[in-house]
Amino acid sequence: MAEAHPVGFQWVMEAKRRGATIIHVDPRFTRTSAVADLHVPFRAGADIAFLGGLISYVLENELDFREYVQAYTNAADLVGEEFTDTEDAAGIFSGYNPETGRYDPVSWSLEGEGYSAPAAGQRDHWESQLREHHAAMSSDTAGGAGDAAHATGAPERDESLRHPRCVYQVLRRHYARYTPEAVSQVCGMSVDQFLTVARSITANSGRERTTAWVYSVGWTHHSVGAQYIRGAAILQTLLGNMGRPGGGILALRGHASIQGSTDIPTLYDLLPGYIPMPNAHLHEDLQSFLDADAAKTGFWGNMDTYLVSLLKAWWGDAATAENDYAFHYLPKLTGDHGTYGIVRDQIDRKTYGYFVVGENPAIGHANGKMQRLGLANLEWLVVRDMQMIETATFWKDGPEIETGELRTEDIGTEVFFLPCANHTEKAGTFTNTQRLLQWRREAVHPPGDARSELHFYFHLGKRIREKLAASTDERDRPLLDLTWDYPTFGMHSEPDPESVLAEINGYDADGKPLSSYTQLKADGSTTAGCWIYTGVYADGVNQADRRRPGSEQDWVAADWGWAWPANRRTLYNRASADPEGRPWSERKAYVWWDEENERWTGHDVPDFEATKPPSFKPEEGATRQDALAGTDAFIMQADGKAWLYAPAGLADGPMPTHYEPVESPVANLLHEQQDNPALERIDRAWNRINPSQSEVFPYVFLTYRLTEHHTAGGMSRTLPYLSELQPEFFCEISPALAAERGLEHMGWATLVSARTAIEARVMVTERMKPLRIGDREVHQIGLPYHWGSNGISTGDPANDLLGVVMDPNVHIQESKVATCDIQPGRRPRGPELLEYVADYRRRAGVEPGGIE
Amino acid sequence: MTNVFDAFSGTANSLYGELPDPAADAGFDPSHPKRVGFFTDTSVCIGCKACEVACKEWNLVPDDGTDASDLYRLTGMSYDNTGDLGASTWRHVAFIEDVRPHGSATTEHGGGTPPAEPTTGHIPSGLPALGGGALPKAPRDAATPPPGGGTVDLLTLLPDAGAHGQQTPDDERDVRWLMASDVCKHCTHAGCLDNCPTGALFRTEFGTVVVQDDICNGCGYCVPSCPYGVIDVRGSDGGAHKCTLCYDRLGSGLEPACAKACPTKSIQFGDLDELQAAADARLAELHDRGVNEARLYGRDENDGVGGDGAFFLLLDEPEVYGLPPDPIVTTRDLPEMWRNAALTAVGLGVAAVAAFWKGGRR
Ligand code: SF4
Ligand code: SF4
Repeated sequence: MAEAHPVGFQWVMEAKRRGATIIHVDPRFTRTSAVADLHVPFRAGADIAFLGGLISYVLENELDFREYVQAYTNAADLVGEEFTDTEDAAGIFSGYNPETGRYDPVSWSLEGEGYSAPAAGQRDHWESQLREHHAAMSSDTAGGAGDAAHATGAPERDESLRHPRCVYQVLRRHYARYTPEAVSQVCGMSVDQFLTVARSITANSGRERTTAWVYSVGWTHHSVGAQYIRGAAILQTLLGNMGRPGGGILALRGHASIQGSTDIPTLYDLLPGYIPMPNAHLHEDLQSFLDADAAKTGFWGNMDTYLVSLLKAWWGDAATAENDYAFHYLPKLTGDHGTYGIVRDQIDRKTYGYFVVGENPAIGHANGKMQRLGLANLEWLVVRDMQMIETATFWKDGPEIETGELRTEDIGTEVFFLPCANHTEKAGTFTNTQRLLQWRREAVHPPGDARSELHFYFHLGKRIREKLAASTDERDRPLLDLTWDYPTFGMHSEPDPESVLAEINGYDADGKPLSSYTQLKADGSTTAGCWIYTGVYADGVNQADRRRPGSEQDWVAADWGWAWPANRRTLYNRASADPEGRPWSERKAYVWWDEENERWTGHDVPDFEATKPPSFKPEEGATRQDALAGTDAFIMQADGKAWLYAPAGLADGPMPTHYEPVESPVANLLHEQQDNPALERIDRAWNRINPSQSEVFPYVFLTYRLTEHHTAGGMSRTLPYLSELQPEFFCEISPALAAERGLEHMGWATLVSARTAIEARVMVTERMKPLRIGDREVHQIGLPYHWGSNGISTGDPANDLLGVVMDPNVHIQESKVATCDIQPGRRPRGPELLEYVADYRRRAGVEPGGIE
Repeated sequence: MTNVFDAFSGTANSLYGELPDPAADAGFDPSHPKRVGFFTDTSVCIGCKACEVACKEWNLVPDDGTDASDLYRLTGMSYDNTGDLGASTWRHVAFIEDVRPHGSATTEHGGGTPPAEPTTGHIPSGLPALGGGALPKAPRDAATPPPGGGTVDLLTLLPDAGAHGQQTPDDERDVRWLMASDVCKHCTHAGCLDNCPTGALFRTEFGTVVVQDDICNGCGYCVPSCPYGVIDVRGSDGGAHKCTLCYDRLGSGLEPACAKACPTKSIQFGDLDELQAAADARLAELHDRGVNEARLYGRDENDGVGGDGAFFLLLDEPEVYGLPPDPIVTTRDLPEMWRNAALTAVGLGVAAVAAFWKGGRR
């Protein structure tokens, strides 16, 4: 965190000053480790073994926050008899189809319940699972997948948590083998180190204390990345650290509003506010979409109001009750359109245009060769950046030009490079990891032809609409009917960003800004561009622009910026009070039930219906939030409970299980199954994978950022002041590995995988330590990934070394761990490089690779 | 002339020893602002180098490469690639990487176990020459998967190692990575200023020491006069340069750029007396927490430069950070030298030099 988020890290240092203990668990000893109380080194890709060990430690010693667990989680729910655990099936859960490599999750269901609907978000995969299930099961449910997803009854429960099939016991058995010794074996940390962490976090959780976990892409960039986060969620829920001050799982998002760009998403499978993107085959109309995807109970039960308001915001008067509020105008999913799926389609010439904005995929994404091959097969490419980045110049100076694999004269891609404004040159919001929207103003005008993104898309849209104005083609209606009329100002007709914020916030039937998403209606009388942001323009005031200093308000600082939803700073904060609504302790009091005034109150905006008493019991058959009891703190969940066991929603199992990274030097010591059985592969010549446990590729490498550079370097390797601070691409290795391979400090090294070979200067450092895994010493090599051929500071791109295998839930690549070889000296040049890598592939038994 | 020599008598004088108000000593009237400075608390520095960059941005200091032939090359000194303070590096973040016996690392910049019996000794980093032969080689055939790919019985794999389980013997040592942002000390008795013949270097009303670019003739006398090796002459423009403590910003009521940029409050700017009190409190707090090796550097007004306007909290001996353990202003012995010189020197010549010297202390 100190490395990649130094500004956010100031608060960790502040916490430390006030007595917090900082534990840093990381394969490398970084700037964060340097100031942590304890650094625990471990092997990249072994996180679930570690988290599972902690979960097991809590369960075996019954150190869970029992009252919290009983009241707010699904620990007491009984898992159906059909379910078999990895324990009983060689590391694979029930429902696995080895032919498709996918799970049918129906056997994971809770007893007494039909199929459970995942609470929110990513549901495309879930849909296809259900579809497969129904095809296989010749379902007798007349309503099809949609109804099945909501055949919910209350699951059977055992409040004593003793029933062998209750979630608590299932979980305990699942993690029983994750002993401290096993953790030590798999992760390479000592039993002592593990126990120190386990004791620290359990001692620091409960009524009086809370522990927070902070993670970043070191957790998400794995073939089991979503399950890493699930592991932390289970642990934090068991310890009662969710919905409470000082607790939580804090995802460090990327710089510059990555949180904002998932809220109002650049993701292909989400609409604003985490409404799933409809599927072309399943959702012919609004009702079938809502039936399939909206939960019946909990706050997602109001998805109809969120979606209809969104459709009204986008298509205004053209969205009517008669035409399903223009639901048919929405683009629909037809398959995997994630980043890597798109690039594969580019190579296969199924996708021929590409907008690259704020990214530099030619060197910034995994498997650079695959990325550049995709770029080379396009018809047109738009690159918007402040600098002439590698993605805009791949056709003349990419590595494949040097090797002769591609020739400039054969590349037909027409590249449009458009200079863009940077963050100080335009106004708008940043949304940070705390869901806090902060308005920023334009400090200086962008230079020359550079324009803001808002300017670009607004005027692009205008021009397209002008060109289509005379069209009678039905498929042009969505564009022509869009509400696209933002006021502009200045000599460049810059759209007013506040008018966009107001549209996102939404209006009532009288055109007044709404103040809360609970005001949204499904009858077309309200609008909201992103329901979770409703309230950011309450009273017609830009709430994100509030800047009352922390010193002038209380510690929750509700008057700084605006946090979605409803300016709540901590989600699910009903859980900060006990079932009766009293704070768990004075020290950790946050939100509580005010008996006298019969409402929830506290330091933060309560994340609960303000007047629903703790004693409230829902009526039989109640829907939406009315189905939730006064103790159902996790209000977005259909059952109001935090899920220790996820009967639905994940593609690779209801509980996190340790699988080795796809490229690993060791066998899975915990389960027979080596790697995630449901992971996604792209089996092509340009994406060869190193065999696991290969002596040809014996070393682990991991990629990361340095403080001094920004992602793929476009904003830092081009600047003298930053380039001089980390001027060259280097690899970090231990003295032991240096000795083993004859590598010299500050000399050159060549790193090789089945994809390619790259060269880096060698930094020998005691901060890298070999680890003992089983009976083997495992060496890890650190590779900062900032470099490429353009700019002042240049070097080979570390991402070229990576192949692409993906997590099946979110289609994210495993780029934080892979294997390679390392040899002293510089890499071969030109066609010799291809021969050099081909030889490695031959020796490792990998099929021929490169450009097909 | 006699008066000048009188001023040099005794051990404490305006060139050496305690001097509560250097601005007044330089002739500012009593209404001048309080003396300001930096307290750099290295125990919370995260080595982000924001201070280095902010300084260059604000003061338009060129990148180091302007003077160096090895522009944009790694130095090999951990994450430090600007090397040292100089004419084009007015804030410099040092990275000190070493290993120490297990248990000796502190929890401040230790990353190791909480301290048992803190030591100040350190083992130099084991770069290849040191670490290479001493460390065991990995058994290269050890990762053979178990026959049939079955699950390994963990019991059979249990370590025979002791407290440190799976760790290689190497782990009996803790890694330590110290980071510290160095800067001009704005000495109470500033050798650079005292030896500047043109008066380009002067004491400001804030008690800081600043070079005036338009007066500096590049003679370089200041360079060897600085006991810390801070000030230097830049090849590209021939002038001497160093930290101004953002003199222009101070005039506008702003704090210096580095302090403004520092995310962790490692660099604190303020009135010197308040910084000294804050530093004393921080030191006591760290000592209470068992970080016994914490110490203040440049805080002592009776040290060889009369105390620093920019002082530090360090977690080890100054030498570990590349700082002189006992800096002494180069003019300390000047009175003695003058007295001796006066006996033999030609009076006029001495007077001429003395005039230059006096000018430098405007
Ligand atoms: S003598 Fe050196 S440290 Fe002291 S003020 Fe002058 S340049 Fe700065
Ligand atoms: S002193 Fe502050 S700004 Fe400078 S490197 Fe340390 S933490 Fe960063």
